Amino acid sequence: MPAMLPPDSVGLVKPLRAYFDEPLALACGKTLSTYEVVYETYGELNAARDNAVLVCHALSGNHHAAGYHDMDDQKPGWWDAHIGPGKTIDTRRFFVIALNNLGGCHGSTGPCSIDPETGRSWGPTFPVVTVSDWVHSQARLADRLGIERFAAVIGGSLGGMQVLQWTLTYPERIANAVVIAATPRLSAQNIAFNEVARQAIRSDPDFHDGWYAEHGALPKRGLKLARMVGHITYLSEHSMGAKFGRDLRSEELNFGYDVEFQVESYLRYQGDTFSTAFDANTYLLMTKALDYFDPAAAHAGDLAAALAPATCPFLVVSFSTDWRFAPARSRELVDALVRAGKRVSYVEIDSSHGHDAFLLPDARYQAVFGGFMKRAARELGLEGN
Amino acid sequence: MRADLELIHGWIPQGARVLDLACGDGTLLDALARDRGVTGYGLEIDPEGITACLEKGVNVIEQDLNQGLANFDDDACDVVIMTQALQALRRPDRMLDEMLRVASECIITFPNFAYWRHRVYLGFKGYMPVSKSLPYAWYDTPNIHLSTFNDFEHLCREKGLIISDRAVGNGDHEGHWSSRLWPNLFGETAIFRVSRGTGRQAK
Repeated sequence: MPAMLPPDSVGLVKPLRAYFDEPLALACGKTLSTYEVVYETYGELNAARDNAVLVCHALSGNHHAAGYHDMDDQKPGWWDAHIGPGKTIDTRRFFVIALNNLGGCHGSTGPCSIDPETGRSWGPTFPVVTVSDWVHSQARLADRLGIERFAAVIGGSLGGMQVLQWTLTYPERIANAVVIAATPRLSAQNIAFNEVARQAIRSDPDFHDGWYAEHGALPKRGLKLARMVGHITYLSEHSMGAKFGRDLRSEELNFGYDVEFQVESYLRYQGDTFSTAFDANTYLLMTKALDYFDPAAAHAGDLAAALAPATCPFLVVSFSTDWRFAPARSRELVDALVRAGKRVSYVEIDSSHGHDAFLLPDARYQAVFGGFMKRAARELGLEGN
Repeated sequence: MRADLELIHGWIPQGARVLDLACGDGTLLDALARDRGVTGYGLEIDPEGITACLEKGVNVIEQDLNQGLANFDDDACDVVIMTQALQALRRPDRMLDEMLRVASECIITFPNFAYWRHRVYLGFKGYMPVSKSLPYAWYDTPNIHLSTFNDFEHLCREKGLIISDRAVGNGDHEGHWSSRLWPNLFGETAIFRVSRGTGRQAK
């Protein structure tokens, strides 16, 4: 709990809602006739409406990217390290928008919402949404807020995929792209981990084929396992070793299957916390969006050809110990951007924190990301704000 | 701008696609983009250089030159530039091949080890030369393949490359470039403009 708000915090923030009754056609062929999106904004939209930055969230993220909802909050928003006055995404210059994607479980229309056609909650019948669908819905939100073109669209991991899709779907509406710890498509190994997570959820007896809410149940065990597997892929072997090593909770081995090693305790705690805070159907949807993302697929696997529509400068950032979306995956994207003759800069940050590094503060990460944003602000004439 | 960069700046045609190997803080690419409408990329591994490039708006890719240029297609660029980095590479000869695969022309600058001050150091004092262009001690220098003006010319001839321009400069006469009087002796920095000999020709 912050006794006093730090001076570089965006402070207390309130989620906002936008309701849309214009149907949204989805990649799967279905249509959402109406939907609602929950979002937050930080900073001020200038008169020219050209200082807006869209921040896209990752698998389990949401619209609460910075600041606090309440003075009693234990933690600020998920990217508070990088959003605020004087921070990497400087809210003295930029107007930041973060939303909860469709299919999410933090307020935007998703499996927990009511299907207007049946009057029943969507549950497992909520359509499988894709990165493209999200980008379309984000553009609608921009329309609603009167934003013609974003000064930058920024995201890490699954958020980075949305940024990439923005540069292809709406090249005229994005002035700069920052793609962090992402990949132009999942590898077989990535998909395999997602499938383990899905099977853990779907095989939980409390899952009830996705209708757990109607059964008054929660597939907590499945969601916990899914999160435990996921969490291992977010950390590096080094960071796990440095944090836990082979430390035991008690002095002696107990020759049983209760928690013995500290790392077991940590994973179980992470899994337990997540299992009651996140919706299982949303988790399934998000992993599918990850698996399906592959802009090169429509171009016979030629990523450079797929990138042809992009026009804005890119900053691509990877982290040395990230093995979920390793630096080599970012390089694939960078090499294709170079082949396509696009403006791109690439930095590999030396970090011991694995995939999670994109969420954390780091001097070099902030210097390069901040340097790119400063140049973006200067080119757009936003310095005086 | 550094004297060698000044000279190179004058050699780059309008609108050229340029790859700058070891681009430092991006000064050259930034000037070329503004003055000549040049597009391209800088490769660098120094964190401060990379940040400076990003702040300038120069496209910079963190890449170790010893890994080669496999991510750039044949003839991806018009000119490849490498200033003061050849001597620090594991295989300068292979890098020269790579540069002339990616572009038909390349511009290279390096410290001339045969510069008279260097010769005095080694010949009379008996120590490894330390100078403005070679500021390191023998044990901590990144320069593992020092060469002379003559050495490089010899390598180019062996490879059948066309030298369209060559010059030397030295610290006493910043900005003054000459190739007339004993360049191997009086030049502190060597600069070569080399092309494949096929395809587009320099000059």
